[in-house]
Amino acid sequence: MSNWLLIIYCGLITFLTRFSMIALLKKEMFNDRIREILSFVPSAIFPAIIFPAIFLDNSGDFQLENNPKIMAAIIAMLIGIISQNIIATIISGLASYWFLIFML
Amino acid sequence: MNNKFRVFLKGIFDVSPLMIPVVPFGLIFGVLSIDIGFSPIETMGMSLIVFGGASQIVLLQLFSGGASSLVIISSVGAVNSRHLLYGAVVSEHLSDLKLVWKIVISYFLVDQAFARSNEYFKKNKDKDKYFHLFGGGITCWVIWQTTTFLGIVLGAFIPEKLGLSFAVPLTFLALLVNDFRKLINVIVIIISGLVATFGFNYVPYKAYVIVAGVTALVTAAILTKLVKTNE
Repeated sequence: MSNWLLIIYCGLITFLTRFSMIALLKKEMFNDRIREILSFVPSAIFPAIIFPAIFLDNSGDFQLENNPKIMAAIIAMLIGIISQNIIATIISGLASYWFLIFML
Repeated sequence: MNNKFRVFLKGIFDVSPLMIPVVPFGLIFGVLSIDIGFSPIETMGMSLIVFGGASQIVLLQLFSGGASSLVIISSVGAVNSRHLLYGAVVSEHLSDLKLVWKIVISYFLVDQAFARSNEYFKKNKDKDKYFHLFGGGITCWVIWQTTTFLGIVLGAFIPEKLGLSFAVPLTFLALLVNDFRKLINVIVIIISGLVATFGFNYVPYKAYVIVAGVTALVTAAILTKLVKTNE
């Protein structure tokens, strides 16, 4: 598939997730139970990106020793929990990562 | 002042504080996309056609890992399935609109605009209230396109040594900061992460994002059910 076709299909599916409920929904189709479960989607999906990017190297092997990403991610998470601030989380993570790879 | 325009401005005003975190996100997307080998036009095309930050970064991540198109498209769908919830929640406020407006509003139904306009819709019965979501959505759109563009330009000057790809897990981590305080969310996060990490090499077609997501969502369903039966 060409890159453009891939992008268009991704755009289409994204649009459909936004449009389908607005266009089709009768109110009673979505009960509280389904709403509650859908509210867990970020918690269920984002870690599938986060964990492999931290614990695996480029070839997909475990990298648990000498891995500055683990420490940097822990620092970012703690700052995130304390500050509840998205920018502070990203910056503290990147800053500690750079500190670990360039200074130590 | 025209009422529609007033509500539109209110939407812009309400969503603006939420735009600060979008700035690094857009920059990172632009930089990484060029780094992975997409052309500047394709990168801009992604932001214009898909217009969804998390799913665009998932697209890059899976593309660079060699996943098939079908897996990339379904993973993007899985990431965006939360929009089904947004659509369901706002649909009752938009049911009288013409189809054209429903299409326009759907394109702009992103996380930040949804969060702000949903609050506004609950408090206002005004028939022009959908202009709030329109204003908020356009604000997100302008910031996202601008920062993507800046990322494309900056990408040419950022040395690979900086390890900016680490910004991807960090950005997603940052999006979960509110969830680390809730026990069920923490369990769901850990399950999803473990399934993805151990499944990375074994789940066929790089579908580990979908497998981990579905496993974690089923866990969430079971846990929330258990909590309710014990109450």
